[in-house]
Amino acid sequence: MATEGVDLKKRRMLTNAVTVAGAVGAGFVAVPFLASWAPSERAKTAGAPVEVDISKMQDGAMMTVEWQGKPVWIVKRTARNLEDLPTLNEQLRDPASENEQQPDYARNGDRSIKPQILVLVGICTHLGCSPSYRPDLAAADLGADWKGGFFCPCHGSRFDLAGRVYQGVPAPLNLEVPPHRYLSDTTIIIGEDGGAA
Amino acid sequence: MQKLLTWIDDRFPLTKMFEEHLSKYYAPKNFNFWYFFGSLALLVLVIQIISGIFLTMHYKPDGATAFASVEYIMRDVPYGWLIRYMHSTGATAFFVVVYLHMFRGLLYGSYKQPRELIWLFGMLIYLVLMAEAFMGYLLPWGQMSYWGAQVIISLFGALPFIGEPLTLWIRGDFVVSDATLNRFFALHVIALPIVLLGLVVAHILALHEVGSNNPDGVEIKKNKDPVTHLPVDGIPFHPYYSVKDILGVAVFLIFFATIMFFMPEGGGYMLEHANFIPSDPLKTPEHIAPVWYFTPFYAILRAVPDKLAGVLAMGAAIVVLFLLPWLDRCKVKSIRYRGNIFKYNLAAFVVAFVVLGWLGMQPATPFLTLLAQFFSLVYFGFFVVLFVTSKNEPTKPVPERVT
Repeated sequence: MATEGVDLKKRRMLTNAVTVAGAVGAGFVAVPFLASWAPSERAKTAGAPVEVDISKMQDGAMMTVEWQGKPVWIVKRTARNLEDLPTLNEQLRDPASENEQQPDYARNGDRSIKPQILVLVGICTHLGCSPSYRPDLAAADLGADWKGGFFCPCHGSRFDLAGRVYQGVPAPLNLEVPPHRYLSDTTIIIGEDGGAA
Repeated sequence: MQKLLTWIDDRFPLTKMFEEHLSKYYAPKNFNFWYFFGSLALLVLVIQIISGIFLTMHYKPDGATAFASVEYIMRDVPYGWLIRYMHSTGATAFFVVVYLHMFRGLLYGSYKQPRELIWLFGMLIYLVLMAEAFMGYLLPWGQMSYWGAQVIISLFGALPFIGEPLTLWIRGDFVVSDATLNRFFALHVIALPIVLLGLVVAHILALHEVGSNNPDGVEIKKNKDPVTHLPVDGIPFHPYYSVKDILGVAVFLIFFATIMFFMPEGGGYMLEHANFIPSDPLKTPEHIAPVWYFTPFYAILRAVPDKLAGVLAMGAAIVVLFLLPWLDRCKVKSIRYRGNIFKYNLAAFVVAFVVLGWLGMQPATPFLTLLAQFFSLVYFGFFVVLFVTSKNEPTKPVPERVT
């Protein structure tokens, strides 16, 4: 092959130009493949609000409903539970609910609209397990000063009966309060709040 | 026959490749027990590919039918139970063999110059293997499949800023769901196996380029016969080591078949009891632990009482292994000629790895968490001590030839 009269500078420029054009093209081609992993339209519309009848709940009872595929807990706290909540503030990471883990109407001492009724997404803020409801006071495995709450069996995170996380456990944030509102005294709708937040 | 071979050789380097990688690949003559595990890993890979292909013929990657299709394989498909147990036992066997293979590398310094790339390819194989095992474990769609995947995917959520969108993208839904199962199936049966095969080829090509290390850590290529130019301490891989490896295969298959036929659930460590319950997105099993081969890293994750730091510590426990060729600055390769400090250090590392593995299976009580923190420090301490002491390590003289 004759190498005389070859303009190496121009050749390098052309090589670089082709490389860059190819890389940009490959980047564009990657978009549809990567984007196909995002939630589909069907998955996005599946999260419709859920209506729950709480008229039959006893004091201290807990029920679980499914919303957006996640467990949502409704807990009817006892008067004793509500008295205990402020006494725990010292042991909690975020007692005043300063992190955005709840709509504004649940940013209060008991993290609820009606003090007795607690609504939480039952997914641990550590690695997504669903904690167990442990209302038993001074449970043997949780210590004599356990005032009732939620315990995550996966990695030992603890939450009080307002879903507020204790210090010294792996979970960084309080449990999430989902958007919800009361349709009547005994019916809650979970997943929408009429823009109240 | 010879004519056929010539005909092929004129068109494809068949004889050339056979000679290069088998009949004229000179391996040190002093390979011991620890050198079985490379070829055994290859055998397990073949077992996994064949049993896996046949499982896909009956399995349904669909959230509504996956669990039942696995039970269908177990009960109704002729020999389906055997093929599935072969695959699940193969997963455990893969990690046993790979861990022993990696430990061999630590013993004899097989990761050191000029074999750094072999080690790096090997580490990538290990990484892909972990991804394969993790995604494969989701497919039976039992409670452990579901919540294990939920926990592992949530690990990515600990990353600042991109964490939450990233987990959503991986799952393809707001929770682990049919979309997640379907894509994990695709990755498990086609994408990752292709990557794995490519890496295995790279691992072996790199090995055959520089030549095998040996229990003495002596480079056999430095001592060649002046006439034949072949290493005096080398013997052709085939037939010498191919025959030796058949013995290894026979013994290995005795263990493999015993587990596959008589204890396929491995006492709940290979197939966990909770995984015989269909996945339930509303309820986490009481006690959740990964399969045994992940538990050392899981114990490190749990030992750190902070979400992001825990995830980073777990990642670091694996990343630090990649750096081994550069952390170990001792010129002597084999443990046979290295100082006591390395021997004790390596022993402490092995103890830490095994104890962490046990801790990762236990519930997290305060005392066990303290224990996990201590052994996590020992685990990382191995690399720190190695880096600090290896440069001026007192060593014994290395012989000229293999012993």
